[in-house]
Amino acid sequence: MNRIKSSITNNIGIFLVFAGPAVLAFLAVIIIPFIYGIYLTFTSWDGISRNKPFVGMANYVSVIKDGPFWSSLGLTVFYVIIAVLTVNAVAFALALLVSGKIKGSNFFRAGFFTPNLIGGIILGYIWQFIFKNILVSIGDTLNIAFLQKSWLSSSALAFAALIVVTIWQYSGYMMLIYIAGLTGVSEDVREAALIDGCTGSQVTRYIIIPLMRSSFTICIFLSITRCFMVYDLNLALTEGGPFGSTTMAAMYVYQKAFSSKQYGVGQTEAIILFLITAVIAVTQTMISKSKEVEA
Amino acid sequence: MDRTKENSSLKTVGIVKVVVLAAVFLIYMFPFYMLLLNAFKYKRDIIKMPLSWGGKNGFTLNNFAEAFQKMNFMTVFLNSVIITGVSCLLIILFSSMCAYIFVRKDWKINKFLFLLMLFSMVVPFQVVMIPLISIYGGTFGILNHRATLIFMHVGFSMSMSVFMFHGFIRGGVPIALEEAAGIDGAGPLRIFFQIVFPLLKPTIATLVILHALALWNDYLLPSLILTDKALYTIPIATKLFQGAYSNDMDLLMAALVMAIIPAIILYLALQKYIIAGVVAGAVK
Repeated sequence: MNRIKSSITNNIGIFLVFAGPAVLAFLAVIIIPFIYGIYLTFTSWDGISRNKPFVGMANYVSVIKDGPFWSSLGLTVFYVIIAVLTVNAVAFALALLVSGKIKGSNFFRAGFFTPNLIGGIILGYIWQFIFKNILVSIGDTLNIAFLQKSWLSSSALAFAALIVVTIWQYSGYMMLIYIAGLTGVSEDVREAALIDGCTGSQVTRYIIIPLMRSSFTICIFLSITRCFMVYDLNLALTEGGPFGSTTMAAMYVYQKAFSSKQYGVGQTEAIILFLITAVIAVTQTMISKSKEVEA
Repeated sequence: MDRTKENSSLKTVGIVKVVVLAAVFLIYMFPFYMLLLNAFKYKRDIIKMPLSWGGKNGFTLNNFAEAFQKMNFMTVFLNSVIITGVSCLLIILFSSMCAYIFVRKDWKINKFLFLLMLFSMVVPFQVVMIPLISIYGGTFGILNHRATLIFMHVGFSMSMSVFMFHGFIRGGVPIALEEAAGIDGAGPLRIFFQIVFPLLKPTIATLVILHALALWNDYLLPSLILTDKALYTIPIATKLFQGAYSNDMDLLMAALVMAIIPAIILYLALQKYIIAGVVAGAVK
């Protein structure tokens, strides 16, 4: 009896020593705030006062009525669709170009990946300079009308600027994942198809792409989840402007909570944003997983 | 088809590929080139002739000296180093120990916590952002400490790190060694640090690279936790630059160059490992 008891205390000791710090930090930073965050959606809190009055479903009602939130969410969905398609198309094309026996292939890979070393805030400022000064100057010198006015001063072009920088930022990263997938497609299969009379593009379309579905699953999942939560780049490049026309959902939530001091509403919107992202990301993963082919 | 013809057509395809790649490469590098070019120019020249090689007034190093001082670069840089370094150290230590016990002990609580960690990986930062500030700022009042930020970095990095160590230990660390050491009288801590931990090197390298990059560049969380200027990290300090001195293009250029240099130097030195680590982290 005593031995069982001492082995239980022993096990508790082992658990606390090994898993204790990790579990404590994990619970304190993610799980508890997550649960507390759900509670916050039923309160109205201004960020300063000690008490957080319980308001029932009032926050949910005001979110439903919050037109700008839904339009920023719609804009975000639009941004995600365009960004995911273009980022992955560019990344896959780069991967095809870089892999294979090419001179300086490692050099190119390293170069395309460089933007990923730098945070969104700093990238955003660099590109703000490019759009505001460099491109305008190029437009003036060469008399190209659509460059002569800064892209960041018109809503549609500021949105396009966000897409351009997103492609530049993420394509190198996704390219690396596609290269890893490409090297997984065996040379034998490719050669067999070529001998059977396939052209290069047919091999890509009917052999390589189907065998690389898992790389596509990963890259699309990563780009969906990242683009939905875009904040740093949005803040540094356009600051949501001109006139709030490029405010993405994550930035809207931030402003709702920390600028308008409506923490309850902001938290409710954060959770709605999360649920939408999760549903889309999980559905996409399930659909593309079911299409994956075993070689 | 004869061999020489096939070879020469393959060669042309190769040349076309390299030309296209070189063109795309130049486009990718263009922003960096423009940044570097203008960081050494006088303010008036940056605004009037951003494309020219050097301005009317020639080159200057003055921007760097002034930006260095104004953004308090030494302090800010050290803050970033301390926060990234200590966080990485603790992340590796805690998550490897946790994953080890999760793999080796078949307890219900371990299974439950591991599942909880897996599910938490889909929760984006924005969902816990407001409650986090409400708890640590409002209830505990412990914002504006490096330790608070490090603790949060550790908490946010746990799930992914435990998951990766878990996979590696389960698949690649034989239990026989540990049992032998156990018979020889080694305690669990000794077994872990002397036998298991050294075997984890590949995963440690991957995780250090992934977390170091992410934490070094993180902006949103640090900007919420550290509002005291003396505690700023590099991304926050650069942000301040844009707001407060938005007319000082020259200083901003220099500040941006200084902000990206540490990462670029590290990349030049460890390129192979960084690329391998990033791929390993994404595919697993």
